[in-house]
Amino acid sequence: MSFIHPYDRPNSYVGRTLSRTRAKRAVAGRGRYTDDITPPRTLHAAFVRSPYAHAKILSIDTASAKAAPGVRLVMTGAELKDMCSGPWVGTLTVFEGMKAEPQYPMAVDRACWHGEAVVMVVADSRALAEDAAELVEVQYEELPVVINKDTALDPSSPVIHPNLGDNKAWEKSAVMGDVDKAMAEADHVLEQTFYFGRHTAVSLEPRVLLAEYDPGTERLVIHTSSQCPHMIETVFARTLGIPEHNVRIVAPDVGGSFGLKIHTFGDEVATTAASMKLGRPVKFVADRLESFVSDIHARENRVRAKIGFTKEGKLTAVDFDVLGGAGAYSQYPRTSVFEANQIMNITFGPYKHEHFRSKATVVYLNAVPTSQYRAVGHPIGISVGEFMMDWAAEVTGLDPFEIRRMNVMEDDGYPRNIGTGIPMKDLSHQACLEKLHKIMDYPALRAEQAELRKKGIYRGIGIAGFIKGTAPGPEGYYGAGGARIAAQDATTVKLEPSGGVIVCLGVTDQGQGVDTVMEQIAATAIGCKIEQVRAISGDTDAVPYGGGTYASRATAIGGEATYQAALDLKREILDMAGKLLQTTADKLDIVNGVVVDAATGAERIPLSEIGRIGHFQLGELPRGYQPVLSHTRRFRLEGLPYIFTNGIHGAYVEVDVDTGWIKHLKHWVVEDCGRIINPQLADEQVRGGCVQGLGGAFYEHCIYDENGQLQNGTMADYITPMMSEMPDIVVDHVQTPTSESELGAKGAGESGTGAAPGVVMNAVNDAIRPLTKGRVTEQPMTPEVVLKALGKV
Amino acid sequence: MTEEYQTVTIRVNGEDVTKSIPVRTHLVDFLRNELGYTGSHLGCEHGICGACSVRVDGVVVRGCLTLAVQCEGADVLTIEGLSDSGEIADLQDKFVERNAMQCGFCTPGMLMTAAELLSHKQAMSRDEIREFMSGNFCRCTGYHAIVDAIESINNSRLKG
Repeated sequence: MSFIHPYDRPNSYVGRTLSRTRAKRAVAGRGRYTDDITPPRTLHAAFVRSPYAHAKILSIDTASAKAAPGVRLVMTGAELKDMCSGPWVGTLTVFEGMKAEPQYPMAVDRACWHGEAVVMVVADSRALAEDAAELVEVQYEELPVVINKDTALDPSSPVIHPNLGDNKAWEKSAVMGDVDKAMAEADHVLEQTFYFGRHTAVSLEPRVLLAEYDPGTERLVIHTSSQCPHMIETVFARTLGIPEHNVRIVAPDVGGSFGLKIHTFGDEVATTAASMKLGRPVKFVADRLESFVSDIHARENRVRAKIGFTKEGKLTAVDFDVLGGAGAYSQYPRTSVFEANQIMNITFGPYKHEHFRSKATVVYLNAVPTSQYRAVGHPIGISVGEFMMDWAAEVTGLDPFEIRRMNVMEDDGYPRNIGTGIPMKDLSHQACLEKLHKIMDYPALRAEQAELRKKGIYRGIGIAGFIKGTAPGPEGYYGAGGARIAAQDATTVKLEPSGGVIVCLGVTDQGQGVDTVMEQIAATAIGCKIEQVRAISGDTDAVPYGGGTYASRATAIGGEATYQAALDLKREILDMAGKLLQTTADKLDIVNGVVVDAATGAERIPLSEIGRIGHFQLGELPRGYQPVLSHTRRFRLEGLPYIFTNGIHGAYVEVDVDTGWIKHLKHWVVEDCGRIINPQLADEQVRGGCVQGLGGAFYEHCIYDENGQLQNGTMADYITPMMSEMPDIVVDHVQTPTSESELGAKGAGESGTGAAPGVVMNAVNDAIRPLTKGRVTEQPMTPEVVLKALGKV
Repeated sequence: MTEEYQTVTIRVNGEDVTKSIPVRTHLVDFLRNELGYTGSHLGCEHGICGACSVRVDGVVVRGCLTLAVQCEGADVLTIEGLSDSGEIADLQDKFVERNAMQCGFCTPGMLMTAAELLSHKQAMSRDEIREFMSGNFCRCTGYHAIVDAIESINNSRLKG
């Protein structure tokens, strides 16, 4: 059955803006987040964390803490180790040659980063647990610290994990064509080194987990703020030796996720172990200060890039290497090397590659472990590639639009591989480029810029094209890599006796509007009213096994599963109606939740009657005919590591050339997420994503000193964007449905984050170009960085 | 160490409540843990993010930096009370219509501050709205939709 066009049926909700049901309760303060749930006899966990970046644990004295008021349990890392089936080892087989040190949930005999959990205290209240935690005495012996990625592989560098031989986690290279020859033959060769700071997610709701182990039924129920309930069900079950079918994970409202909440953390395992040991509910809410030293970090890369091009501006050769600074361990089970790997894939992604070479190296540091955070690798790769394209434009005297027009993959030129061998298809760089040019009113903007420069006002215009890997397939990293992480996803669609439709989702909703989008898809496929449909997500007891929401996959993968399951249900309803009405399914249709005569539209029987008969009055059906009225479909991407999306950003900034302050005036995005289900929700994903990227470009930076101490672990010091600092963001789309599914959705959650840093870096450099040969090549672009580029400090 | 307790009487959402609480309890822990008003959220507990914003004697404060015992005799309004009063029903509807929230965690605090903005009954530009609202962080929306919603209601109320 081909896709139902959004506009030619009465119940076509695809392509329509509908409000989210969860929004209505959020504005009334009736959201239900994990910390809002406190069962009777709940205890609270607090942690003693390592004050050192690297230290041997000589002794731990817990006697005073155990005797403190309200304390129910004090557990050391060594004691927790004894409850674990084994250590975590954060490698995937697809990352050939990758090395990782085994890791236990809390430090056992050595702490490897400032903030690593060492001792857990569980008490009647969080305040009492914190009081007692202060009474735990840990004797440490400091060990040499590795904190600088540039020198981590020097022979003279200390080695964090002696068993690994050196500090290298992983290395990979990719080659297409003959780069050396192409560079030698190029009219121009440009080379630049870039630095990108370490970030962290700062979800406004911190990590939170409530574990309830019932010794009677031997069931473990965990409420937690998670994007991937089934994945973490597997991790908790296997780590703590509980049969997986005895574990239930519930993710109620999730207060921001951004990739942070696809992960499982040692303190969460410890909290769960405490519940198992005590037979009582135990809750852990990370406070903001411990979030900064225990939530995954991300980015932290150095990239050296070199390009060759003709005097006409045609890009002929690309060569770059990436050095990633991971943390003390590779984050289990997704690893800490995806970022570097993704930079290899997507840098210069919009352009035709003939001669391409890239290399990635990831090193361990005595810092918080790094892993996936929104738009993994993309902000870095896009910043680098688009900086180099602008520089080539400058050298050849071309306009930034013109050089991209010349070099992007043509919209009718697919399939075509990028340099690392991944196929591109269904992309629209040319259409997006032209649309951006138009909506920015680019010539007028350039005229204004020129006029203002005469008055000493330095404004810059940037553009940055991108590709974004979404919706990974099981033949790529996770499935093939050996991790128990579902890259397929599943939806069950059921007809209830009332005629209502329940849609049970393997994917999850953290405020993106996934539930609403899935209700729209199901209602459209079945032909019923949106009010008849209710989505359920985030409960492993209630939904089919799925991967959850990550990598912009919910609508692309889960949406197709929903669409197909809903079509299956429709087919059964029509079949059953045919039996009841003594006709055949092909002569019937469903409109507004009523089975109608397909030819005349005459109403025959409502879904409420189908539900009633199918569940209760089975005698009205022929003998031997057994309705099911519940259909599960799974969907996976086949033969590809990702669906790719594309798009282009534009930015207009003003730089105060005396202070280095940047005012971001306006931001535009034209992106192609394939078929759009709910236009408003798609736009808002893009806008929110942009600001997350802009935070990293302008302000955000986990700053470590030479001793591996995090210097700015508060929200006053680690600066995320405020409303007054951010511009209005104009969003537009080109829709090229992916040919990998009938629904055609590709994913929109990361298209803002990926290219926003690169476009503002280009805009800032455009602003200062008349004044200096210096360029901003470092993020965050603090005033100091800008003044350095201006030669003023 | 002995926990020091004090008995407080506070009017919360129009009802007087009297409780004996540890003196170190901050206002939001009191509202959430003692009274079940879970609409006020804790995002940082050091006064930056604004998710804990509540109204005390008519003024929006950081509930995480206010001790409950400081509120003896005070009139405290949370998002639950503000909702029930209908004072910002138009703004809440607009937030939903404009999708001016995603995860919703910042939303109660955001609405508290926006209610204060609306109470000034002054025409405000988008930049002025952004400036006024800057003490409330949102990590999801990128702020644009929030500005749209507040601007729309402020304008419509002024035309009123």
